[in-house]
Amino acid sequence: MDVPEPVLWDTVLEERKASIITKGKQKKHLKCDIDSVAGCVSQRACVYCGARVVLNPVTDAIHLVHGPIGCASYTWDIRGSLSSGSELYRNSFSTDLKEQDVIFGGENKLARAIDELVAKYPAKVVFVYATCIVGVIGDDLEAVCKAAAKKHNIEVIPVQSSGFAGNKAAGYRAACDALLRLIQPGELSSAPRVNTINYLGDFNLAGEFWIIKNYLKQVGIEVNVAFTGDSNYKALKNATRASLNVIQCAGSMIYLAQRMKELYQIPYLNISFLGLEDTATSLRKIAAHFGDESIMARVEELIERETAKVKPVLDWYRQRLQGKKAAIYVGGGFKAISLIKQFREIGIDVVMIGTQTGRKEEYQTINDLVDEGTVILDDANPSELEKFMLEKGAHLLVGGVKERPLAYKLGIAFIDHNHDRKHPLSGFVGAVNLAKEVYSTLCSPVWQYV
Amino acid sequence: MEREKSLANCCNVNENPCNMCMPMGGILAFKGLEQSMVIIHGSQGCATYMRRHMAEHFNEPVDVASSSLNEKGTIYGGEKNLKQGLDNVIKAYRPGVVGILTTCLAETIGEDIDRISQEYLKERGCNDLPVVTVNSPGYGGTHTEGYWLTLRRIVTKLARKTETHSKINVIIPNISPADIREIKRILQLMQVEYVLLPDFSDTLDRPYQRPYRKIPEGGTKLADIVAMGGAAATIQFGLTVDDSMSPGKYLESEFGVPLYNLPLPMGVENTDLFINLLIKLTGNHLPPAIEQERGRLLDCMIDSHKYNAQGSSVIFGEPENVYGVVKICLENGIYPVVVATGSKNHNLKQLLDDLLVNSPVRCTVITEADFTTIRQKSRGRANIAIGSSDGRYLTEKEGIPLVRYGFPIHDRTGGQRLLSVGYAGTTMFLDRVTNTLLEYKHKHYRRSMYQMFYQGEQEGQEFSAESCGEHYVMFMPSDVKQ
Ligand code: SF4
Repeated sequence: MDVPEPVLWDTVLEERKASIITKGKQKKHLKCDIDSVAGCVSQRACVYCGARVVLNPVTDAIHLVHGPIGCASYTWDIRGSLSSGSELYRNSFSTDLKEQDVIFGGENKLARAIDELVAKYPAKVVFVYATCIVGVIGDDLEAVCKAAAKKHNIEVIPVQSSGFAGNKAAGYRAACDALLRLIQPGELSSAPRVNTINYLGDFNLAGEFWIIKNYLKQVGIEVNVAFTGDSNYKALKNATRASLNVIQCAGSMIYLAQRMKELYQIPYLNISFLGLEDTATSLRKIAAHFGDESIMARVEELIERETAKVKPVLDWYRQRLQGKKAAIYVGGGFKAISLIKQFREIGIDVVMIGTQTGRKEEYQTINDLVDEGTVILDDANPSELEKFMLEKGAHLLVGGVKERPLAYKLGIAFIDHNHDRKHPLSGFVGAVNLAKEVYSTLCSPVWQYV
Repeated sequence: MEREKSLANCCNVNENPCNMCMPMGGILAFKGLEQSMVIIHGSQGCATYMRRHMAEHFNEPVDVASSSLNEKGTIYGGEKNLKQGLDNVIKAYRPGVVGILTTCLAETIGEDIDRISQEYLKERGCNDLPVVTVNSPGYGGTHTEGYWLTLRRIVTKLARKTETHSKINVIIPNISPADIREIKRILQLMQVEYVLLPDFSDTLDRPYQRPYRKIPEGGTKLADIVAMGGAAATIQFGLTVDDSMSPGKYLESEFGVPLYNLPLPMGVENTDLFINLLIKLTGNHLPPAIEQERGRLLDCMIDSHKYNAQGSSVIFGEPENVYGVVKICLENGIYPVVVATGSKNHNLKQLLDDLLVNSPVRCTVITEADFTTIRQKSRGRANIAIGSSDGRYLTEKEGIPLVRYGFPIHDRTGGQRLLSVGYAGTTMFLDRVTNTLLEYKHKHYRRSMYQMFYQGEQEGQEFSAESCGEHYVMFMPSDVKQ
């Protein structure tokens, strides 16, 4: 058979058209938060994946995947979340369901698995993740967990993350539900403390949480616990002692913040520690919330000091990167929004932007931020990414592991903005790291040869 | 030899999996067909995970569609999703052949992909589009079983009783694109006309080229697969493969194509087997180039043998690959102390029994292994690990350096370019192993000598006969068979 000529795609599949807009050209709203279209090679992961991303950084928990082996295999220690204590979270435990379990049910195996793990590893909490088939074969996760909790006198929390029931965002919610169960205050819980916050939606990738914690400490604010970067059972148990929740990754954590407000009257703020501008604004916002003059003064000092350090470096990069065009395709809306601003700081325009699971409000913000003519798309696939990057003349793509080889094959520079990266992108240091990475890929000599 | 009765299975937890699931292997096999596209019938996540895993190993875009089953599809059947998925895949990719794989979910809700796909082809009037279906629930086996079963299904679906011809079928296990290219080079040097299945040497390791093609060039031609039924012989590097999943076996029983089941050509003896068979089948002489490569391998083995004598290896991965590595290690005195696979493979056990009987060192063989068990068994016994990057905790937690081989390799670049088969490939493989032993030795010997002997100046200190000063080298005397 002859190899057919490559087809230039001037059309996008009909079912996908409502999820792609060009700013300024159409009045219509972008369709988002819907199921992926079959056969479209979506870049999205599943409910279980969303739940695992959010919960996995709880360092001293047993993370047990109730399901067949693949699900546990593909998610074993692939995230760059760091721990200052236990390393237990870096294991992927699975009940490794087999054919006979699918036929006869996996409840007994699950109960025995919990017994075994609890006997072997000292942990105060076990998260049991449901995968696709658990619901279908009729296992009563709730009941098994309850019985195990009673037997071992620890917390065994089911995570309702069956893969087909929605997308990654549904998994975030399942994780938040699990966390809400964990943080219920006991009788001995003390009252909220002043100038103390919880930091939601940071997973301590490459130590990002530590960076922000240090800033806050310097200005006189204590971080009670992060959800969930470098967190542990004890710290999470005391979560209700904070007097404010700040949310970095809204996509995964806004629901938790809302619930904590309802249940425990803890107010919340949306912030972002990605990029110079957002970092400074966020520090000011937190200080303003507490209304403490000395904190505010220290925040200004810190911003001035840190900005002075990084400004010349960023200027150097901006001169070299000015006028380049970036395409962005990341998991959540919060990251995408931050990136638009960060790129602006180093002189780069965004010509295409999309997310896997962005929410309506986030797409509205994106639409407000980007220039006319920028393509905005939800739940894109490789064909669309290829088409719009080439059409828009993008020099650079920001994405995850799956998008990287596509960019490279197209001769386009690439930035990893994924959970498994090994360098921090938060705070003032992070702003420099991003600029450095952009420079290292955009200005690499290799492009001269292709 | 010590035997571990499938440890992972007699308890109820798998701690850090040493294998992936069935559809993953199926994707790999399908990616070796010309102009192919795959759709996975199940929830979106399965396809995405596998794509991510493959993209990171091969550094290639790996497009795999999903029928994106949702709640509705799970309750009322996923037929509509699968058909719509096929529509979109065909529209966007215009494939020459489509592979359909199932997942845990699709199998559990009882989807009949055969019926659905046949109906689909009829409805859309595209009966000439070859579609190969494979029932591959994730819980049905590892990616290795998925790989072989898919190959068997491909051959069953496409191969015909054609006129007898002189080509030889070559069926390969999951090896690197570089390895596939090396086998093709050897076949060319031996002037063999062949059909190699599956050939993902180009599709999963393509050169930088413009314009970009959604479906990469290369792969086994469908017409060639059709003609496999009339081939002179089949060489299958599938010693460990169960007959029920063996494509070579099918060709033999269905079309009478004689099957030569060989081990992967890794190591001197196993490569000899391959070359000698080619000589026998073709009547051609051994080309000087290959003879020289063999000589260089022997030279390399002699050069390195004393360094290698200090190695005690833990070897893990897919059965076929593990068998090849064990053979190289035995030939070079890097005696295995632990050999493990995530598969439940009885053939491998038997084969290893025969192989390890002459090893002077006790070896633990584990099937259905997980990494916590492998670590436990290797602790204090092995000083070099050989396998995929999933074995990285052996280094991180046990201090055993890891030579990366197999699939997946995620923490190093160039997994697709690792060459390990044939005389030349074995030489390169062996150098990687020896050099890792040397690097480790050079890094540690100053400190270990100091720790062992410096305090020896103190009065009254005595050395035991075993204090060669390198406590991390050589197998422990306790490991030597009596
Ligand atoms: S084990 Fe089953 S559900 Fe999990 S990824 Fe594999 S096919 Fe999908």
